[in-house]
Amino acid sequence: MSGLFDKKIFDDLRASREKWEQELKKAFDARPERLERFATVSDQEIERIYTPEQVRELDFQRDIGFPGQFPFTRGCQPSMYRGRLWTMRMFAGLGTAKDTNERFHHLVKAGQTGLSTAFDMPTLMGYDSDSPKARGECGKCGVAIDTLVDMEDLFEGLPIDRITTSMTINPPASVIWAMYIAVAENRGIDRRIIGGTIQNDMLKEFIAQKTFMCPPEPSVRVITDTVEFGTREVPRWNTISISGYHIREAGSTAVQELAFTLADGIAYTQAAVDRGLDVDDFAPRFSFFFNSHLDFFEEIAKFRAARRMWAKIMKERFSAKNPRSWWLRFHTQTAGCSLTAQQPYNNVVRTALEALAAVLGGTQSLHTNSLDEVLAIPTEEAATIALRTQQIIAEESGVGNTIDPLGGSFFVEALTNRMEEEAFEIIHKIDDMGGMLAAIERHYPQQEIADAAYHYQRQIDEGKRTVVGVNKYVTEEEIPVEVLEIDEELEKIQIEKTNRIKNERDQVRVRECLEQVGGACSGGGNVMEPVIAAVKAHATLQEVCDVYRRVFGEYRDPGIY
Amino acid sequence: MTGKRRIRIMVAKPGLDGHDRGARIIARAYRDAGYEVVYTGLHQTPEEIVEAAIQEDVDMIGLSSLAGAHNYLFPRTVELLKEKGADDIVVCGGGIIPDEDIPTLKAAGIREIFTPGTPLDVIVKWVADNVEPRGEY
Amino acid sequence: MNDLVENVVKGDIRAVARLIRDIDDGIPGVREALKALYPHTGKAYVLGITGSPGVGKSTLVDQMVSHLRRKEKTVGVLAVDPTSPFSGGAILGDRVRMQRHSLDEGVFIRSMATRGHFGGLTQSTRSAIDVLDAMGKDYIIVETVGVGQDEVDVVKSAHTTVIVVIPGMGDDIQAIKAGILEVGDIFVINKADREGSDKTLSDLRLMIDMDQKKYEDGGWKPPIVKAQAVFDKGVEEVLEEVEKHRAYLLETQGEIDFRRSPKRVREELMDLVKNRVIEEVLGKLTETGDFDAAVEAIARGEKDPYSACDELVLPRLEIH
Repeated sequence: MSGLFDKKIFDDLRASREKWEQELKKAFDARPERLERFATVSDQEIERIYTPEQVRELDFQRDIGFPGQFPFTRGCQPSMYRGRLWTMRMFAGLGTAKDTNERFHHLVKAGQTGLSTAFDMPTLMGYDSDSPKARGECGKCGVAIDTLVDMEDLFEGLPIDRITTSMTINPPASVIWAMYIAVAENRGIDRRIIGGTIQNDMLKEFIAQKTFMCPPEPSVRVITDTVEFGTREVPRWNTISISGYHIREAGSTAVQELAFTLADGIAYTQAAVDRGLDVDDFAPRFSFFFNSHLDFFEEIAKFRAARRMWAKIMKERFSAKNPRSWWLRFHTQTAGCSLTAQQPYNNVVRTALEALAAVLGGTQSLHTNSLDEVLAIPTEEAATIALRTQQIIAEESGVGNTIDPLGGSFFVEALTNRMEEEAFEIIHKIDDMGGMLAAIERHYPQQEIADAAYHYQRQIDEGKRTVVGVNKYVTEEEIPVEVLEIDEELEKIQIEKTNRIKNERDQVRVRECLEQVGGACSGGGNVMEPVIAAVKAHATLQEVCDVYRRVFGEYRDPGIY
Repeated sequence: MTGKRRIRIMVAKPGLDGHDRGARIIARAYRDAGYEVVYTGLHQTPEEIVEAAIQEDVDMIGLSSLAGAHNYLFPRTVELLKEKGADDIVVCGGGIIPDEDIPTLKAAGIREIFTPGTPLDVIVKWVADNVEPRGEY
Repeated sequence: MNDLVENVVKGDIRAVARLIRDIDDGIPGVREALKALYPHTGKAYVLGITGSPGVGKSTLVDQMVSHLRRKEKTVGVLAVDPTSPFSGGAILGDRVRMQRHSLDEGVFIRSMATRGHFGGLTQSTRSAIDVLDAMGKDYIIVETVGVGQDEVDVVKSAHTTVIVVIPGMGDDIQAIKAGILEVGDIFVINKADREGSDKTLSDLRLMIDMDQKKYEDGGWKPPIVKAQAVFDKGVEEVLEEVEKHRAYLLETQGEIDFRRSPKRVREELMDLVKNRVIEEVLGKLTETGDFDAAVEAIARGEKDPYSACDELVLPRLEIH
């Protein structure tokens, strides 16, 4: 044990505190405190000052330690940003695959070090562009992918053997991943070489983002297939990005984001262990994805607590031995829900603060939102400012000069402890319900988030919480912002392309391949090889997903409000 | 018999996007303001929304969209209401909707559009000021 | 109003929707419409579904609708959700789980709030059932949250009442014992894959068996069905039990419509009369200000409440 404080100092401290409090009282008698209550964005009350008293039991080795060492409070890698900066990974996707490909080339030229793909709603839900359900949505909030040809166009001319690609895709993740593997293999690149991430986190979809296809249990089963396949065949791929981002966007508090995300991680780990995989074989490929909201210190504490909690969970609960299994590596995106349509240029400042919190929290990669995100799909100019924001933090501000600069702050350590404690309480509650699947079935996380979101909105409306430009410092004049328009013709062009491919392919081969996929689904074999074969034969995304829907059933919104 | 008509509102999520934070919050706000709210849940087609609105005899439909498909989904809803002779049901919308789309949507019969940051009270009060119980049969 | 009634009988969706709205809102003319509609009622089979919040009633109803549709039966659903006691508003969310039927012309779904209906929820629901019956639905399913006497009375208007429970809710069983046991014709243990479902089964069985004497005398013995409505398991069994109960009613009560059995008619007419008396008398008392005047007089100590009551009521009833 290496406690930080000599017990004797607390007596002196109490005397000083009493003196300070008397003076404080005088000050407040003359002019009362600015607010009735000081609280974080998540409504956690914050004290006037933090001293060793709030972190009395803090033990340097046990609780803080060194980066790269258990419990990793200060970072996973020993070198952190002294070695390599975080990956600046900007999410992009719009219109057709060709349009997005152009944006990718632009971003790589601008100095971006990893690609990140946004798909349109039909793709995210496993529908082709010609489905009646896709009417009006093609290419609207991301790129439309129906067939392998779209995927080939998307990565045309990009060095996918050297660059890593992150793909935000969930219910059809196995199919999109199969297409990416097929693109690589058709170019003669070994699947063992390619690197990247598929989000592939269905639990948070049921909890928060509501992009769902099949019921929770078979969804987790297909995810486990991808984990198993990745471990064996695509060792550089992160098969799940366990995401708190959407949980937070749906209105949760920081602690709920932390707790539900780690509880999801526990569920995936348990499912893979139950499959017979060795935890140390797959856990190092799990990555996380968090939100960085506006409450600066709360966010930093959240990231630090997350690393420490996951290390403990992996070591103690799953008996992982490989230190890499203990690592919680994470991507961060600044909070879309914190941006305002009013006075949109203020969003640049919000995003900068949120990005700074993510960096001080030790993120591995970062997406900074564009100032116009709340209005529409970002323009190129807005996306560039967002990237520049990261570059200024990285190369001008000096915050990366030392590792975990806030470690040891009484406030940050106290907040880190408190978040860990409260999040573990929620995780235990979920354990008592029988795990995350059971909790979701009981609508526990859904209801908690709905309540938190409503509470937050009410506080803004009642003026208890300030949002600059929305409920305070409101200006009448509108600042015009250029907005990117998606061509309405695009839907027609994409549907024609998909129909052409469908007409020209070997129909018998497609049918055989889809039958194999169905067989793997119902028989319990791993779906990945059959899906790769099917997409290579130009089976469409929806055709494969329809097989999933037929075998596993469809999940419908239970409607929690 | 009191004979006082009470306003019924349908809160609907057309299209595939699952961002229902706004829709759920609005539903609660309407309830807390004393309205009866029928909630459709996610992933509804305009056809399903219109049919449900007629069966429920609501006076207003609030549509929420955050993924850019509003230019199709909102006008289509109004069009279907017209076809069914139920265009006295007021339709308004909310979500991520660029300013320049608003005139087109209003011309298509969407009575009001609420963009992000609109206080709940404004949205709730709009109902009191603009929505009347539907005409007699 | 006559057009309205005619169109309801023809099955016009808008007419049906509007008449139920009129009932809900207590529009005075509705009484005439209901009179005209009455000859067209009595054909539908009415199912009541009740149970605590979260037991999966709406999901069960949704699946039952699918099964009935496969048998080419038309279905009307009345989903009753509680009104917020704080605001008087309500979120009617049961529909979410049934929305996939919204484009099916053979299904009509209507959400109702428990709000302070004049004459009570029971009266409004009964009238709404009449409307769906008159529009020609083969089955009418009424879903309520089984908490109050009001809701129990609602399901009593049904031919067959299904009570839904889930494992591990011991309090529920107690509540059923205390209040709604006698109205339950079928018990469903939903989410039966959960721990404790066997215990719930034996608790229910024990409770039902206490009425052994009644069954020996030919009374209906409620069956218990285990189900997982989400996975469409046990739903067909529930419907089979419904058909058995229907056959039992036919056998014991003959061809006459159950809802028109003297016992049922007596109950319903009594409710109607009660409500009408309250409405006519109380309505006028409050309108004229006589009631408030009496309150003040009692408060000032000039009168006792018993005499005040006589003075208020007797002249209006023309009973002397």
